[in-house]
Amino acid sequence: MKKSAVLPLTWMILVYLFLYLPIVVLVVYSFNDSRMVTIWGGWTLKWYGAVVHDQEVISGLILSLKVALATATTSVLLGTLAAFALVRYRRFFGKGLLNFMINIPLVMPTVVIALALLMFFVTVQKALGFPQKGFFTIFIGHTVMAISYAAVVIQSRLKEMDRSIEEAAMDLGARPFQVFMLVTLPTISQALVSAWLLAFSLSLDEVVISAFLSGPGSTTLPVVIFSRARLGLSPTINVVGAITVYLVIIAVAVSSLLMARRERLRAKQAAQALRLDGEPPPSHEFGVGLLTAEGR
Amino acid sequence: MPDRNDLPAPPRPRKPRRWGRATVIGIPQIWLLAFLLAPFFILLKISVSETDALGIGFDPLVSYVNDVLQVHIRFSAYLALVRDSLYIVTYLSSLWYALLTTVLCLVIGYPFAYFIARARPTVRPGLLMLVMLPFWTSFLIRIYAWKNLLDINGLINQALLWVGIIHHPLRMMFTEFSFMIGMVYGYIPFMILPLYATLVKLDHRLEEAAADLGATPLKTFWLVTVPLSRSGIVAGSLLVFIPAVGEYVIPELLAGPSTLNIGRVMWNEFFLNLDWQRASAVAIVMIVLILLPIAVFNRYQTRSLESAR
Repeated sequence: MKKSAVLPLTWMILVYLFLYLPIVVLVVYSFNDSRMVTIWGGWTLKWYGAVVHDQEVISGLILSLKVALATATTSVLLGTLAAFALVRYRRFFGKGLLNFMINIPLVMPTVVIALALLMFFVTVQKALGFPQKGFFTIFIGHTVMAISYAAVVIQSRLKEMDRSIEEAAMDLGARPFQVFMLVTLPTISQALVSAWLLAFSLSLDEVVISAFLSGPGSTTLPVVIFSRARLGLSPTINVVGAITVYLVIIAVAVSSLLMARRERLRAKQAAQALRLDGEPPPSHEFGVGLLTAEGR
Repeated sequence: MPDRNDLPAPPRPRKPRRWGRATVIGIPQIWLLAFLLAPFFILLKISVSETDALGIGFDPLVSYVNDVLQVHIRFSAYLALVRDSLYIVTYLSSLWYALLTTVLCLVIGYPFAYFIARARPTVRPGLLMLVMLPFWTSFLIRIYAWKNLLDINGLINQALLWVGIIHHPLRMMFTEFSFMIGMVYGYIPFMILPLYATLVKLDHRLEEAAADLGATPLKTFWLVTVPLSRSGIVAGSLLVFIPAVGEYVIPELLAGPSTLNIGRVMWNEFFLNLDWQRASAVAIVMIVLILLPIAVFNRYQTRSLESAR
């Protein structure tokens, strides 16, 4: 019995070690008081101070955040439309093409997409005089990629959604647009949020498209990091990496706290509902969504 | 507040509804045509066009001179790809490393996914979460982080020297070893997640039945578990292999200059040699190389779906 548990346990520990060791080492080295990144010289916070005053890093971060906000919002808007068209309209002119185009960025290397977009922008710029390389071109490039991921997330939610609620709304006289705004959107809202977050993090982390499409004086943070990382080890990258690790830890802690709270609330309401009418509470998500919305 | 929404909808003519539908379809369609498909056509156009006399632009493909319609299509960029063995070797080497990455991810990831799927149901979400967690931090920085470990003065060399296993630091950075470490590190969750999804649904009693009927654990694994998880293996392998072929960041940060990689070749043609036609031709060939196996796979899948029906 015991012998059979040794191999699984060792294997899992080794894989987790593989996954986490670089991250732990990165965080520890971000406090290293030594010019040589890998030679330990005691603890310090001086690299954190250096990063705060690193103009290139700060302006890269600001541009990255701007691009990510614009990309995530546009991708969710366009991704919702594309997902809705693909899932709900059985046949229309160009459906195959839309489906094909939505799937291209999922399989195409970003180097290829980036090169194609750069050639495109250079051609357009020669003909029309705009756009200049910078925020706009990076934003378009990221959105081209992020729409696909947003559409995939929203598509799968739309497919599994219970359509009878929409039909009920329609029977009660709601127009298609009203049904969409009042029934469909609230039902898929969770998928919209995860699509937004996915697009946001994809954009924040993207380096290849940004490197091709950024102009002089307007580079995103990943491009700054990448150009330094190519040159070798650098304490500032360790610090930037360590900060992202802290942010992820905080985000995970907050979201699991919120989830636990919602779970408790849901359990309480379910118990109340049971007591009130002696019947099981409405189990599908729409009902529960309404309940929790009122509970707040 | 008297709300129009509360009134029952009056009977409406058919046309406005078609407008809504046209908008829903039209907006993403036009966006993708303009910013995704058009760039690929421009890429194709540049790959076959001739540099103009000034050397800063490209001659139009079609011109009308002296009442003669002239079409200028130049295949020299593609011919160069065939003539210079560097490109063929690079394509093959990219495919080879992608294959190696896929196999390594499968060999490491399959037992791992299997053990998670066989863990107690209460701990499974936590174990999976631990796989996903690193991948919410920056991909670029996680790849860079390996430099801290693999450097000639890095942590691994320091530890090995301290323990006394080696007496001179090993050169691990910028080798095939560091490259593969980075690739497996970057892509293994794409293998683990689909594998887990199929393995967790696998009926454990089938394995027990095989064991009861006298199969050794190894035989049960090969004849029952692996065939039943085939869809997860195929999905995971594709999710790793396809992006691995065109990967640029990992080889650039962790592989040596002698490791040939098609993404890097394209980048260098464009940024160092400023040869736009050749860079475009490299990209076009890469697109074909990637779309062909997907098309074959799709056809195979629809056929097997049809035959299943």
